[in-house]
Amino acid sequence: MEVTTTEYKRCDVVKAVGRVDSSTAPKLEETLTSIIESGRYKIVFDMSEVNFMSSKGWWVLIDAQKKCKRYKRGEVVLVNVQDNIRESLDLVGMGTYFKIYNDVTVAVGSF
Amino acid sequence: METVSFPGRFESLSKIGKYVEDAAKSAGLSDKAVYAIQLAVDEACANIIDHAYGGENKGEIDCTLIAKEEGLTIILRDRGRPYNPQYIPDPQVNVPLQKLKPRGVGVYLIRKMMDEVHYEYSPEEGNILTLFKRLS
Repeated sequence: MEVTTTEYKRCDVVKAVGRVDSSTAPKLEETLTSIIESGRYKIVFDMSEVNFMSSKGWWVLIDAQKKCKRYKRGEVVLVNVQDNIRESLDLVGMGTYFKIYNDVTVAVGSF
Repeated sequence: METVSFPGRFESLSKIGKYVEDAAKSAGLSDKAVYAIQLAVDEACANIIDHAYGGENKGEIDCTLIAKEEGLTIILRDRGRPYNPQYIPDPQVNVPLQKLKPRGVGVYLIRKMMDEVHYEYSPEEGNILTLFKRLS
């Protein structure tokens, strides 16, 4: 899995490519934590090229969401979640904790 | 029937995933079922490393695949502590975000993704988790 970050005026766009599992989730966690610790709480997570995500990956996103939403200072939103991943997210009821967009520009514009 | 042993570390998860993905595809399972199997196996193997072995590099995970007309059976075996996923309660849902706790989601996914889940333990054999996905 590769992770890249692009900083915009209003928010940060984080894009992961590949598989997010117990082996790779720590790398995603590190990226999100460093953004949050730098005082930026509006994050767009582009999942268009994430083809697999286990519950370990979801917990990394939930943790980031908890930190960003605290004091209403921001939010993590998701973009282009592939169908299989979306279904597993909804199955465990975690889908309700995220806004999901189909377009990065729209997601960025939401902030 | 074929058994492959993988080192019990998180790096093995993608290799195990590829191994079951190839088998599930050649068994004729749908893309959706292939993903379900990959996810269930990934969650089960991560639990083996985290809970049965209590960390990485403590032992191996043996993965046996049996493809039949009815579907695909995956048997995962480890020699760690007894770890029965059936004792893990369902995760809490519909709770406020800040109260959400990372418990039981993996096991819940395994139950939901597979048609049958069976667990047994013996001191000689260790933990044996059998997962079955029907070819529909």
